[in-house]
Amino acid sequence: MRARSMLVALALIVASPASAQDYAEESLADPVKEAQAVALMDSIRCVVCQGQPISGSNADLAGDMRRMIRERLAAGDSPEQVRAWLIGKYGDWVSFKPEVKGQTMPLWLVPLGALVGGGWLVSRRLRPKVPT
Amino acid sequence: MNRKWLLWLPFVLVSALFAAFFVGLRNPDDHVIASRMVGKPLPEFVAAAAMPGQPGTATTDYRDGKPRLLNIFASWCVPCAAEGPVLMRMKQAGAEVNGIAVHDTALELAKFLGRNGNPYTRIGLDDGGRAQMAFGSAGVPETFVVDGRGNILYQHIGPVTDEDMPRLLAMVGVKP
Repeated sequence: MRARSMLVALALIVASPASAQDYAEESLADPVKEAQAVALMDSIRCVVCQGQPISGSNADLAGDMRRMIRERLAAGDSPEQVRAWLIGKYGDWVSFKPEVKGQTMPLWLVPLGALVGGGWLVSRRLRPKVPT
Repeated sequence: MNRKWLLWLPFVLVSALFAAFFVGLRNPDDHVIASRMVGKPLPEFVAAAAMPGQPGTATTDYRDGKPRLLNIFASWCVPCAAEGPVLMRMKQAGAEVNGIAVHDTALELAKFLGRNGNPYTRIGLDDGGRAQMAFGSAGVPETFVVDGRGNILYQHIGPVTDEDMPRLLAMVGVKP
């Protein structure tokens, strides 16, 4: 009896209109585009749960974003076009990949400055002592 | 003298860093994500009628010279139920309120509006979050003020309260 009801449930699931693909959860047929889509999803912040990328979030809106990303890549948009569209809607914060622009320059310049400063300190240390 | 002071510098810097960590941990980052669409024309969207007897809503509804409120809501959203009476009062004051329901069904919407009143002139059902994303909306409820030429003037994040009412009414040109 139990097995039969399970079978019926299974048949219902199979027969349900899932034949229309839902790109929120299903991969694109093209493996290259799917890889691009997943890479993009890993670097877009879920605006509901915030600490997570949309690839790992159960929020409805994250699912909507995954679907939108796969649909747009399938339609021929590049991942960076889709990222730019999302930034245009939600601001820089939605992307985990910082843009290179004036405001974010310290992110690149500070490590460089630290390296130069550290190198200078080390070079002073390594300089042979001149007897005074 | 100068050198002695310099020796303490790394210690001071690291202490400052840990103090920053400590403060950061005590104040979790609850970021309010404001839409970048404020000040811009409405995005192109079409949200079909969410339930029989009430029209849906699309970009083309907002260029007739009449400013409106556009409320993004859902029947499953608790703060949306809380702002229901305020939206009703704004409608009674003469504001036109349209709605976009996200992740919703006609049945649940009918129940929700039966419980909380229906302040909406039009209700569109958002198809897969498309309109919500196009508006740069990060959650429900959010209320956008749209001027008569179809530009987004303002975004109110979270439930509209009685304190917000005069400001929002003024933005749509209604004397409270």
